[in-house]
Amino acid sequence: MKRSPTAAPTRRRFLAVAGGVALAPLFVRSARATPATMAAAIREVVGEAPVREGKVTLELPPLVENGNAVPMTVTVESPMTAAEHVKRIHVFNEKNPQPYIATFHLGPRAGKAKISTRVRLADSQKVVAIAELSDGSFWSASADMIVTLAACVEETP
Amino acid sequence: MTQALVNVPAKAKRGEAIEIKTLISHPMETGYRHDTNGQPIPRDIIHTFVARYNGEEVFRADLHPAIAANPFITFFTVATESGVIELTWTQDHRDPVTQTANITVE
Repeated sequence: MKRSPTAAPTRRRFLAVAGGVALAPLFVRSARATPATMAAAIREVVGEAPVREGKVTLELPPLVENGNAVPMTVTVESPMTAAEHVKRIHVFNEKNPQPYIATFHLGPRAGKAKISTRVRLADSQKVVAIAELSDGSFWSASADMIVTLAACVEETP
Repeated sequence: MTQALVNVPAKAKRGEAIEIKTLISHPMETGYRHDTNGQPIPRDIIHTFVARYNGEEVFRADLHPAIAANPFITFFTVATESGVIELTWTQDHRDPVTQTANITVE
């Protein structure tokens, strides 16, 4: 992950964008979170620490027919001992109304740093998983995917 | 009624990392949609999932609206001793849902 935090918009701007989504459902396609919003959300989690690529495997289908339920698996290489383990796995996205997907809290008792879930994706976009290790380092993996039917985040039910 | 399905191996070897699979029926309403009258539908999601093994927390997930409806979560935990694995889903507007599973460790 090498994203410049300099172009990151403020939380206020993100809230304004999110408010715009709520008020003008017809314009949501242009008023979603942006890669810069995601970068800002990541900075809030990692602070000034460098985020290196590696150790993390993010499994997502490259082509998604239905963005409402996309299977996702994150695995982190770690011995998962008391001295050396994964503390947290954070997952972010670029173009949903919010940049957050989930945070998973693990520890040495997990035995294996592997989690699976199903996510919503509102558009073709990049998903980033960041692992926070017990030594304070951050590692990441990302996946670009094409979504043909977006998750219904704005249509009437 | 909220229904949860939990898959925990009934037996495990001591020290083995076992996979726990969970599924709960829940709309995970994002808070970004509108009804047919144009009124916003309030957010209604499960925001926290916690797994406790004999009372000790071994896994926690903070969930956002980007988690699909009927959240499916799998994770691993080390089988340390026989006992109870308790899973709790905490949601926006109703009481938390708790499901337990017994495990025998040899």
